[in-house]
Amino acid sequence: MNTPLRRLATVVIAMFVVLMGGATWVQFFQASALNNDNRNVRTLYREFDTDRGPIVVGGAAVASSTPVDDSFGYLRQYVDGPVYAPATGYYSVIYGRSGIEKAMNTELNGSAGSLFYTRIQDLITGRQPKGASVELTLDPKVQQAAWDALGDQTGAVVAIDPSTGAILALVSKPSYDPNLLASHDTAAVREAWDALNADASAPMLNRALNQTYPPGSTFKLVTSAAALESGMTPETPIAAPDVLPLPQSTAVLQNYGGEKCSSTGQMTLADALRISCNTAFGQLGLDLGSDALREQADAFGYDQDLTVPLPVSTSVFPAKGDIDAPQTALSAIGQYDVRATPLEVAMVTATIANDGVRMAPYLVSSVRNQDLTVVDTTQPRSLGRSISASTAAELTAMMTQVVQSGTGTAAQIPGVAVAGKTGTAQTSTTEAPHAWFTAFAPADAPKVAVAVVVEHGGSLGNEATGGRVAAPIAKAVIEAVLGSGS
Amino acid sequence: MATVAAHEVRPGRGAELGLLALALIVGIGAYAIVGLATAGRLPAELPRQAAVLTTLAVGMHVVLRWRAPWADQVLLPATVALNGLGLAVIHRIDIAYAARDKFAGFADRQLGWTALGMVFAALVLIGLRDHRTLRRYTYTAMVVGLALMVLPLVPGLGTEINGARIWIRLFGSSFQPAEVGKIALAVFFAGYLVTNRETLALAGPKVLGLQLPRIRDLGPILLAWLVSLAVLVFERDLGTSLLFFGLFVAMLYLATERKSWVVIGLALFAAGATLAASLFGHVAARFTAWLHAFDNDVFNASPGGSGQLVRGLFGLASGGLFGTGLGQGRPDLVPFAESDFIVASIGEELGLTGLMAILVIYLVMTQRGLRTAIGVRDGFGKLFAGGMAFTVAFQCFVVVGGVTRLIPLTGLTMPFLAYGGSSLLANWVIVALLLRISDSARRPAPPAEQAPAAPEPDPGRTVTDDQLTERIVVRTSTQGDDDGEGER
Repeated sequence: MNTPLRRLATVVIAMFVVLMGGATWVQFFQASALNNDNRNVRTLYREFDTDRGPIVVGGAAVASSTPVDDSFGYLRQYVDGPVYAPATGYYSVIYGRSGIEKAMNTELNGSAGSLFYTRIQDLITGRQPKGASVELTLDPKVQQAAWDALGDQTGAVVAIDPSTGAILALVSKPSYDPNLLASHDTAAVREAWDALNADASAPMLNRALNQTYPPGSTFKLVTSAAALESGMTPETPIAAPDVLPLPQSTAVLQNYGGEKCSSTGQMTLADALRISCNTAFGQLGLDLGSDALREQADAFGYDQDLTVPLPVSTSVFPAKGDIDAPQTALSAIGQYDVRATPLEVAMVTATIANDGVRMAPYLVSSVRNQDLTVVDTTQPRSLGRSISASTAAELTAMMTQVVQSGTGTAAQIPGVAVAGKTGTAQTSTTEAPHAWFTAFAPADAPKVAVAVVVEHGGSLGNEATGGRVAAPIAKAVIEAVLGSGS
Repeated sequence: MATVAAHEVRPGRGAELGLLALALIVGIGAYAIVGLATAGRLPAELPRQAAVLTTLAVGMHVVLRWRAPWADQVLLPATVALNGLGLAVIHRIDIAYAARDKFAGFADRQLGWTALGMVFAALVLIGLRDHRTLRRYTYTAMVVGLALMVLPLVPGLGTEINGARIWIRLFGSSFQPAEVGKIALAVFFAGYLVTNRETLALAGPKVLGLQLPRIRDLGPILLAWLVSLAVLVFERDLGTSLLFFGLFVAMLYLATERKSWVVIGLALFAAGATLAASLFGHVAARFTAWLHAFDNDVFNASPGGSGQLVRGLFGLASGGLFGTGLGQGRPDLVPFAESDFIVASIGEELGLTGLMAILVIYLVMTQRGLRTAIGVRDGFGKLFAGGMAFTVAFQCFVVVGGVTRLIPLTGLTMPFLAYGGSSLLANWVIVALLLRISDSARRPAPPAEQAPAAPEPDPGRTVTDDQLTERIVVRTSTQGDDDGEGER
């Protein structure tokens, strides 16, 4: 019986070799896939057990981890949670992360490649490892001004430094308190999560980056840019009929409130923009054609993916083949299927302010390790020229007139030349239109470009126009940047 | 036969004592590290723990010196190391459970079971002077073994835990009768096969180059197959089913040396399992949880989902190569971390390295058991020792294979490591039996070997069995070596 016993012994060895192979497969080859499985709460537990770096705005932490005496080790806490939630996002035991907490996760938890030498240092010196701090470009003064100015209305505010692309304010309302989701009381977190998701006003939607709206008359900036690039000047007279019959259809395009734009049926391009004449821009769109409009829109960043590093929804100009002549006329005034995020509208304005060069918007200014040594800084990055410098200068002059004596007078600031454009975007026949305003200032040396959208006219409802509802908010933001506000 | 090297054999109890010291350092050291890692200081009950373990281990050592001086020197230290490490890990899981306000008294109970198991082992060594005595109880063992296998099916006695009905509830604590049953069955298989091996080894038709047994000899394997299928279907446990059938097929192969039995066995089991899976929802669910473990629906299904298995894999993965360190992982995130999934707990905190080391200890232990089987002279002892060593190895395979998703998950637990009184008790008895057999295997033949130290005539047996025993005894004494089968 010894031969089979020896064979059995070999079989037993083979069985253990198989087991060792199985264990190696799971613990070595499959380990990283398993560790990254989103059902694996263990990774989150381990993360909660490390000292996560803070998110810093203007030198103060708006999100930081404090040691607590429970199984997680550290509790994530947010200062002014709702104000900064569109930027910070949340960090939850149950629901994972969002916003900067997600986009900069490896820096915050210390596992990023850029922190390799810091980790080696910690290992050698025996220092307790700590995640890096992430500094945002947000200016707390501007952020708070935008938050206050928007009030109880539903909408978003984005402010950009035109010369760099740094995002100075990022407000979305209604907002939520990320502290509710960061709590370690899982029952309370579930309850808060369900309530937030059930809320029809979608408080967790980041309207500044991830909601696209019809840009309405703010899109006339793009149409104007296309016209100027095609060889027209601000003084070029264009047709401004009282009513524009749309080709191939029985529909007509009217002006706001059915008003006349001009007694002569003609006006200059600059005047048409100043009073935001729909029929004139509709006709202009027909003359330029949808291809020219799309080309100009794409040069400003439409139809392109963008991360700041939060993912931004793509703004859309209808694709070739999806658009006929009447739709082109409507698209030229930012209606039909044109969709833009508030960030995109701000970026168009910032590009005009920056002499036609489009800067990539960004939210993270630098990453510092626990010694406060800078390990990474975001360098301003050009995304290319959208319009010529002369077109930019002409548009600036036209936009200044909008605020001086046009639809945007509510944004006037004494002693400061503000260049702006209103927008009142129809969404349906039954609901009040969205009120837009986008502006930059000072017109000769721009420091800030801002876009404001107030959904369905905000507190003024059907009476709202961009000029009445949104312009004062933009004004407050610009004042906060220029330091002329309170 | 490759003969045992003819150097002078020494009992080697000194070597055992040295290894035992090493094993105790592993177990008690691990216990101390758990305290240091979780509370920053040595656990208050460390002296008690150390004293109990050391006393028990040294006690066993003394019993061996007294009653089985020639017994294998590695078996006891390997077992003590695994048992001690298991205690430390269970203590560590207790601490995690206590932090979450769950029941956290597993380590204390396990220490009690360890003491009981080792006392039982000592009693076996003291009471059983010659393993061949067990052969007298071949058919009693069959009845006891089968009864223990089906005991969980008795209404009011059996309880279902985690989907499998392999426990019985007795005096307020649960017990896996199959753990004890496997010893009884090993006795029965050894006794039965040593008697009938020549018949079962007779050649039948030859198919595709494989020498099949005679059709009429298929009875026993079909019976064993039916019993194992019954276990699979009614107790819903693939592990016990596999363990029972695997033990039988392995011992059948040992006895007959016919590979065809293994092929027939594997084919029968595969066919049976497939049939059961297509007929019974709960068996199919086990296979689905294995094959499609990562599907969200399967992961979230409860009961019968793969949540536990996948959480165990998450635990193993988070351990990586070197583990988080004892007391620094989150083994409590896996259900049954102290019993069914202790392998995942160990893999998490001690890493792949630690898990490999433990597998090597098991490998050494089972190889020593098989070596004992080779060394012992009587056929019954060979089959019995081989069967028991194989059952420990096979159980490791089924458990670790289940946790690492090589095979479907079963309700069996890791011998010596996992929390569980029945398992600990049964496996200590197995070690005692292997030690007993190894004593007679390694004991130098007395100078007057021709006057056989053969088993005394057995009054309890039938005439044919007696004759067969005589024949074997005669052949044993004339050849003085193997069981007379004659090495081919």
